[in-house]
Amino acid sequence: MRLGVKLLLVAAAVAVAGVVIGFYVSNLTTLAGSSSYSLPHGEKNGHPVVDLVFQTDAAVGPKLSPNPDWVSYLIRTKGGEWKRDTVWDLPANATVHVTWFNFDGASGLRNPYLARPQGVDGNQIRVYGKPVDHIDPNLASHTFAVPALGIIVAAPGVPDDAKRPCGYGPCSVVKNSHETIKFTFHTPAKGGHFRWQCFVPCAAGWIDGFGGPMQTIGYMDGFLNVKA
Amino acid sequence: MAAEPTAARPPSDSTNHGLRVVVAWLVLSAIATPLVAVFVGHLIPPGNGSTQGTEQVFDNTWMLSMVTPVICLLAVFFVYGLRTFRASPGAVVDGPPLRNDSQIQILWIVCTSAIVLFLAGFGTYELLQNGAGGGQGPNPIAVPAGQKLPVQVIGQQWEFTYRYPTLGGFESNHLVLPENTDVELNVTSLDVIHSFWAYELGVKADANPGVDNVAFVKTKGPLTFHVRCAELCGLWHGYMYNNGRVVSAAQFKSWASQQQKLYAAIAPYMNRSPDKGGAPYAKTYFPAPDRRAG
Repeated sequence: MRLGVKLLLVAAAVAVAGVVIGFYVSNLTTLAGSSSYSLPHGEKNGHPVVDLVFQTDAAVGPKLSPNPDWVSYLIRTKGGEWKRDTVWDLPANATVHVTWFNFDGASGLRNPYLARPQGVDGNQIRVYGKPVDHIDPNLASHTFAVPALGIIVAAPGVPDDAKRPCGYGPCSVVKNSHETIKFTFHTPAKGGHFRWQCFVPCAAGWIDGFGGPMQTIGYMDGFLNVKA
Repeated sequence: MAAEPTAARPPSDSTNHGLRVVVAWLVLSAIATPLVAVFVGHLIPPGNGSTQGTEQVFDNTWMLSMVTPVICLLAVFFVYGLRTFRASPGAVVDGPPLRNDSQIQILWIVCTSAIVLFLAGFGTYELLQNGAGGGQGPNPIAVPAGQKLPVQVIGQQWEFTYRYPTLGGFESNHLVLPENTDVELNVTSLDVIHSFWAYELGVKADANPGVDNVAFVKTKGPLTFHVRCAELCGLWHGYMYNNGRVVSAAQFKSWASQQQKLYAAIAPYMNRSPDKGGAPYAKTYFPAPDRRAG
């Protein structure tokens, strides 16, 4: 085989390998483990308004994951079904009203500073209807944080002696003990791709609580795909 | 049986190739070096966002200017060799014989050693001026004189937060610095190894758990700069970035005042003792990560 042909074959093989690796890495860092869910939205004063409802469970359960014991977020779809999707499509320049049902116990924050809500309307959240500008960091169970948008919200955990603890998810808002947290944030006008995550080291059984579901998209982290 | 073709000896060559190469090299270097220094030097990162950044551009320009003649020599030698000693198509001729030349070898060793030693001395001198924006560990050697604004940089999976111990000890997820100010950055981590990289400021310092890694920077005028983690630290390492700002003294005062008000709500919890889950200001922190209750 001529040298030129050999070189061409090697170059082509390298290019193909590069494209395959690129696709793999891209998929790994964006959508792996979770499909994208487009949140339905209404409109008020010419701006989109979205109701985002999710729950956090200590164990996601066998129905929704091959890792039933992993801690996870679940989002409520338009039909009222709970899904393990953590990549959410949102319109740009939208007001997003969040309702968060937390069924998990308290883990405590590694950095107590994150117990102070920020980047949300009034820098306050409502816990069972009561507006608060902080929670006790020791009682934090999970956080919903979008670092690039400056959003930090920590949710208090269900007390250890709760009467109706949830075993496996999806947990029932009617049947199981939980904390209800509400807050509002706004998506940027330009749109973009924003990572969100939990800052509580809540992966039970993993080194420093930061393995497994904390390192796998589709459980304790995901993306906001804000579309202009 | 056909006889093996015998390689012919090349005709004797009285041309002084060495002199030609040296002359071509000197001419090319004389043209290229100032061009590189003037037109390429200022394009070298990280820019002029801080005193340290400007000094790094100066250092990099110097080093690039010093290696330009070396690159020119290689290029001239390469091109000259390809053109002059190229065999004619179909000719079976040996190349010119190679002989040991101790003078050239000694000259080469002396020149390259001098360049390397000079650059090592130059780099060390520059590093000792003010740390060159790098982390110097808990006991820095190159400490700028005068008053400095201490700012603690805390890495955690996956965000940097910042504490201002002389401004009420507030913590923020935004890095804002006043212009024309010497800043002492105390870089640490709550979990794994991160690396704090404020690109346009020319600052890069590892954030190690249990270590107070000190870096210094002197800001210049208003600027928006990028902050990135430069140490692979887990799933969201690639997303561990944000913008920081250098603002006027008045804007900084106003921002700090807002942050202090925001921080007041969480301050009592922060000031609790660590065994009660608090984190009063310290050079390093050892948070308990094993309080998983779920």
